[in-house]
Amino acid sequence: MAFKTNRTDAGITVVKVEGQLVVGNRQELKELVQDAVERGDRKFLFDFTPTAYIDSSGLGALVSISKRVREAGGDLRLAGLNDDLRSLFELTKLDTLFPIAGSAAEALTGF
Amino acid sequence: MGDAEGASAGERSGSERFRLIVASDLTRIGDVVETVTCCSLARQGASRQSFFRLRTILAEAVTNAMVYGNRGETSRLVTIEVELHPDRVVVSVSDEGNGFNPALFPAPTDADRLEATRGRGLFLIRRLADHVTFNDRGNTIWMTLPRS
Repeated sequence: MAFKTNRTDAGITVVKVEGQLVVGNRQELKELVQDAVERGDRKFLFDFTPTAYIDSSGLGALVSISKRVREAGGDLRLAGLNDDLRSLFELTKLDTLFPIAGSAAEALTGF
Repeated sequence: MGDAEGASAGERSGSERFRLIVASDLTRIGDVVETVTCCSLARQGASRQSFFRLRTILAEAVTNAMVYGNRGETSRLVTIEVELHPDRVVVSVSDEGNGFNPALFPAPTDADRLEATRGRGLFLIRRLADHVTFNDRGNTIWMTLPRS
């Protein structure tokens, strides 16, 4: 299971991305968030601390998920990217599209 | 994982070569990337950044070959050829598709493209590799990276 979720007392759905977010599992993440939005969840934090790799399909999935969450009036934040993964966001300028915190704890306090 | 061939055809020029041929199966991309990366860089004591760059461009090129070139048809093959020079790695990835025109791809960093859900793979390859070329048909890409 690449994605582990839990809901905080403050109503934030935290998704831990374990291993990889790639072409082979991006749809699973999109469906997970879609289901959560339909249940009424609006605040999402994706924690990439345990993530080794994100490919361009994974980046595209994050863009798509972000749109879906915003359309529902929600908020999606990212945290825990290592230097290599963060460089992917910087190269593609997606760091301008997503609020990115250094750690999940930091992101949770900022919601 | 796939068929692999090694050769020492480049002995006189101080280079080594190997080739990997795999079916268009997305679940194999991770194995392909790790195999090629380890065989190319492990002995060199390469930097973490070189590993990251090679893994990234390989994953993107092989994904493009399987998904867009071979249209996800598992019976169609992707060929990865690696040329190891003392100072650099040259990797080619070929598919069995009709090819594409790489000049037609707009930068995904343009303001009106930033929220596009596709089109970042080739961009990342171009940004992370030192040198990128294609054959005329557009179904083979060559990417060059440092080996240190």
